[in-house]
Amino acid sequence: MDVQKYIASGILELYVAGILSDKENLEIANYAKEYPEIKKEIEAIEASILTLSKKASPGVSYTFQSLMDRINKGGKVISMNKRSSSAMTYIGWAASLLLAIGLFFMYQQNQELKSNIEVVEQQNTSLEQQIADTDSSLEKTQELLNTIRDKDINVIALGGQTVSPTSYAKAYWNKKEEKVYIDAKGLPEPPDGFVYQVWSLKLSPLTPTSMGLLEDFTTDENKVFALNNPNESEAFGITLEPAGGSESPTLEQLYTLGVVSAS
Amino acid sequence: MQLDLLVEQFRKKDPNAFKTLHEMYADNICGVINTIVKDDGVAQEICQDVFIKIWNNAESYNSSKGRFFTWILNIARNAAIDEIRSKTYKNQKKNLSADYFVGILESREEEHMAVDTKGLRKLVKNLKEKCVQIIELLYFRGYTQKDAAEELNIPIGTVKTRNRSCISQLRENMESI
Repeated sequence: MDVQKYIASGILELYVAGILSDKENLEIANYAKEYPEIKKEIEAIEASILTLSKKASPGVSYTFQSLMDRINKGGKVISMNKRSSSAMTYIGWAASLLLAIGLFFMYQQNQELKSNIEVVEQQNTSLEQQIADTDSSLEKTQELLNTIRDKDINVIALGGQTVSPTSYAKAYWNKKEEKVYIDAKGLPEPPDGFVYQVWSLKLSPLTPTSMGLLEDFTTDENKVFALNNPNESEAFGITLEPAGGSESPTLEQLYTLGVVSAS
Repeated sequence: MQLDLLVEQFRKKDPNAFKTLHEMYADNICGVINTIVKDDGVAQEICQDVFIKIWNNAESYNSSKGRFFTWILNIARNAAIDEIRSKTYKNQKKNLSADYFVGILESREEEHMAVDTKGLRKLVKNLKEKCVQIIELLYFRGYTQKDAAEELNIPIGTVKTRNRSCISQLRENMESI
């Protein structure tokens, strides 16, 4: 082997740079053992790079002892750092998971509260409706009471007759306003297909005039019915008539009768 | 022979051998790193990390694969290149790849530098730019012959011979200082 030629090829410089293949490296390592010139050349090349790198060096800023201290606890420190960084990762994930759960929980709560509000609002509306109904009912009752207490009112008691001796009724007659309020609470419920009809009566000769029907008797709560009465009535009678009423009273079905007292 | 013995002891995790090797090469390794990061403080920091890595990987060194210095040179430049590839460093210093190690001479004011700029200047005074480039790429960047040929736009066969003549020039300069 021509050592000088081998040296001149420049391969030893590349060997020092560490950029040759494993095979080439091994070959040169063997040559270096075999040929002192090659080894010397390698060391000279290395020395030039050592000098160059040393001239570019900012110097060593630590002591060898501090380096060894770092090495001795270094493994642990590094692994602890790693562990804490992975712990941080876990904590991060856990925190975001908690946040997600929290957000979902709050969303649910919000939905529930919204539906609660809706229910309460509905209840509120219905209560307001009840109050309004009660108010209007009270108003009606007071109106009725006022009507009955009016000084122009003439109260006529209608007594039970042969058909229904226990029946009774009252007529509150306001002559001025030509109105009669019939309180029919003392009458039994009319059978299906029948209706009570109120008559104004002249006594001599007996002349009945229909004042109207007590419609929707069953459903009417206070059983007070307002009727117009422009007649010079001397008595009031209530008969049970087929639905729709009759032209003239069916006297066999006269439930109550009362005479207007001369005032 | 003494070096071989030292390295053998070091491979067996002998702290005293490591201490001697550290004394021998710490300056050089810090210098190699500095040619790449071009920042005294950063270079010193990485230098320490590199020696920890060298110790931790002691068993993996194999003399049949190359010189001990070549092995630690490789560890150092990899660490330094990792550093300059990290995002933070990229933002701090741009156009780094175009800047060769002689940039250490130009980039900073001499009186504030720990680097022996006078010595470095003497060492590279008559080196041609193409020599600075090829030494940088092969020794401090770890470029393969092929990569260096492409980077410098020269035939691959020229890399070996040009490098040889550049290193020879460097060796001559060494003798004069």
